[in-house]
Amino acid sequence: MRTHTTRRLLGALAVASALALTATACGSDAGDGDGGNAPKDVKSALEKGGKVTVWAWEPTLKKVAEDFEKKYPNVDVELVNAGTGDKQYTALQNAIAAGSGAPDVAQVEYYALGQFAIAKSVEDLSPYGAEKFGKTFTPGPWNAVTQDKAVYALPMDSGPMAFFYNKKVFDKHRIEVPTTWDDYVAAARALHKADPKIFITNDTGDAGATTSLIWQAGGRPYKADGTDVTVDFGDAGTKKYTATWQKLLDEKLVAPVSSWSDAWYKGLADGSLATLSIGAWMPANLTSGVAAASGDWRVAPLPQWTKGDKASAENGGSSLAVPKAAKNKELAYAFTEFATTGAGATTRVSAGAFPATRADLESKAFLDAPFPYFGGQKANQVFAESARNVGTDWSYLPYQVYANSVFNDTVGKAYVSSTELTDGLKAWQDASVKYGKDQGFSVSD
Amino acid sequence: MTTPLTTAAATEAAEPAGGAPVTTPAATTPRRRKRLPHTPLNPRPSIPLTLVTGLALLYTLLPLAWLVINSTKDQKGLLDSFGLWFADDVNLWDNITRTLTYDDGVFVRWLLNTLLYVAAGAGGATVLAVLGGYALAKFNFPGRKAVFAVVLGAVAVPGTALAVPTFLMFSKMGLTNTPWAVIIPSLISPFGLYLMWVFAAEAIPAELLEAARVDGSGELRTFFTIALPLLMPGTVTVLLFSMVATWNNYFLPLIMIKDPDWYPLTLGLSAWNAQAQTAGGEAVFDLIITGSLLTIVPIVVIFLLLQRFWQSGLAAGSVKE
Repeated sequence: MRTHTTRRLLGALAVASALALTATACGSDAGDGDGGNAPKDVKSALEKGGKVTVWAWEPTLKKVAEDFEKKYPNVDVELVNAGTGDKQYTALQNAIAAGSGAPDVAQVEYYALGQFAIAKSVEDLSPYGAEKFGKTFTPGPWNAVTQDKAVYALPMDSGPMAFFYNKKVFDKHRIEVPTTWDDYVAAARALHKADPKIFITNDTGDAGATTSLIWQAGGRPYKADGTDVTVDFGDAGTKKYTATWQKLLDEKLVAPVSSWSDAWYKGLADGSLATLSIGAWMPANLTSGVAAASGDWRVAPLPQWTKGDKASAENGGSSLAVPKAAKNKELAYAFTEFATTGAGATTRVSAGAFPATRADLESKAFLDAPFPYFGGQKANQVFAESARNVGTDWSYLPYQVYANSVFNDTVGKAYVSSTELTDGLKAWQDASVKYGKDQGFSVSD
Repeated sequence: MTTPLTTAAATEAAEPAGGAPVTTPAATTPRRRKRLPHTPLNPRPSIPLTLVTGLALLYTLLPLAWLVINSTKDQKGLLDSFGLWFADDVNLWDNITRTLTYDDGVFVRWLLNTLLYVAAGAGGATVLAVLGGYALAKFNFPGRKAVFAVVLGAVAVPGTALAVPTFLMFSKMGLTNTPWAVIIPSLISPFGLYLMWVFAAEAIPAELLEAARVDGSGELRTFFTIALPLLMPGTVTVLLFSMVATWNNYFLPLIMIKDPDWYPLTLGLSAWNAQAQTAGGEAVFDLIITGSLLTIVPIVVIFLLLQRFWQSGLAAGSVKE
């Protein structure tokens, strides 16, 4: 029965996309030889040397690549920025489908990893010795890269969520910083009333932000066990989120500005966007992109759905994976391990990345580092606290990249018309279920 | 000694300005020109037409003005000053230096790549179009009609539609991620070939070629010494078209090239823009805008330099002499 489902899935995937075709084919080829890989192979590969191509957009990897080359002079690391997020995943899929040009290591965000893992287009790293890192990384990211016994990538950074707010704006209008989402709605009304140009935040429909807040509210809309998938946006956690967010949309309290646009950066700089509930990697973007507002912003724990709670969630964050099509997998793994653990991780953290390793997250230097941008606040303490409070039983869909790509066609309607958020989420659920079934998953809602 | 001279000069200058009765007819002619009657060649000034032209001018120049103004601002000024006016301080020079040195001077590398793609791609395309167009216009050979049909058909297929098949083909040949993947497709310009063909047919009288042949000139010599100079305006036109197309090409390099070291400027600037859209990335809007300005400068210069050739070429063959 199990074999039957798997075969059906593989067949459907093969038809659905050229990616799956090549990937599954490669998977079965490589599967036979995998047992022979022992950690020692990595060592001899490092001595022998060679070239490792890394597709990543993360800026702190540059220094890590230099350090790696210095430590292993025979190895040549070629860092390629093949686009960010979706663009890179498309490029990666094309390269795998075309059978040439795939990198040895690729940066893959946690939400997208499932899709590469289920298609077996990334290498299971446990035979190389990756499983020993179970206690090295914080639970959220580790949970995101592992499935059953397999380790599909090593966590590079994490994004425990925090509440960034413009203290200057809050002080000027004498409004308290919200600690619950009900207070947040009240603050949104008060701010917008005090100055119609000010919005509590921006939102034009962002799948990552919505799922993260549902995650924090205790909603678990996705369940994935191999090819059995459940999508359900009707649980209590999701309802908490929709009830609150619907109020903000109805009263037009969120600015119709897309995140990451220049208008967004402008709003963050001039105080017209007063808060952000976003991952702990945001300080780097604020420091470089919103230099004008330096000193205005502060960090606080995320507002809570129930007063007195300490719930948090992850937003963003990415891992390094080794595609099945990699030419020198031992070397690729060696770089992945170097960049994500030990000295490599510390280098990246000191360059501004947010750690996924317990050691870095708990180090005194990290926790006590003052952020001049936040008026000297020791912001990492807030982030570290948040990382501890992330609910770990969250899972994304094995085809989340697709699901996120149709978010605006479904849930997005709630932002531009009189569609209710709940109906939008239902439409998103239906679209996700339909696509999953078409791809050969057994999906229930 | 000097006084009388000065007075003479002063009176001379004062005379027309003062509106005194003019004594010589020579002085009147430039001032009081007789108005020509309104004809199709000298039309009555039309207010709506002037307005429309003005709007078109504004529409064309406003983005350029925006670009120039905003490349004088730093990141902070970009975000908190009015878009169509200068910020408090002018950072143009600083912006240019930073654009050229940011990320180990990768912008310069992209500029050189673009120059390579333009020189090899657009230059090669022009050479091929001139040779092919001349041959098609001046030689009779079997299959000429078929070539005509193929070229006309090729003009109708947009390059975008060919991009993905081209990618798969180049991928099979192992040429993706190399400069060849951009240069080779740029060599083919059906439109350029068609233009040169039409131009050659009109600009080179058949009698001239016959005379050359009678005088004993070989085909190659005839082409280089007689045909090529006559083809100059057409050649420059095709060169300009393919240069601009290659300079602005985005989609082809986008799917062919993954290695930032081989990016042309278009891809590089877009990569800088994407930086602002990632976690932990660095927003460099000021450098993107300055970079865009630097990117269009060479194209503007080329246009201004080659314009006169181009203009004379456009009307060639339109009148029967």
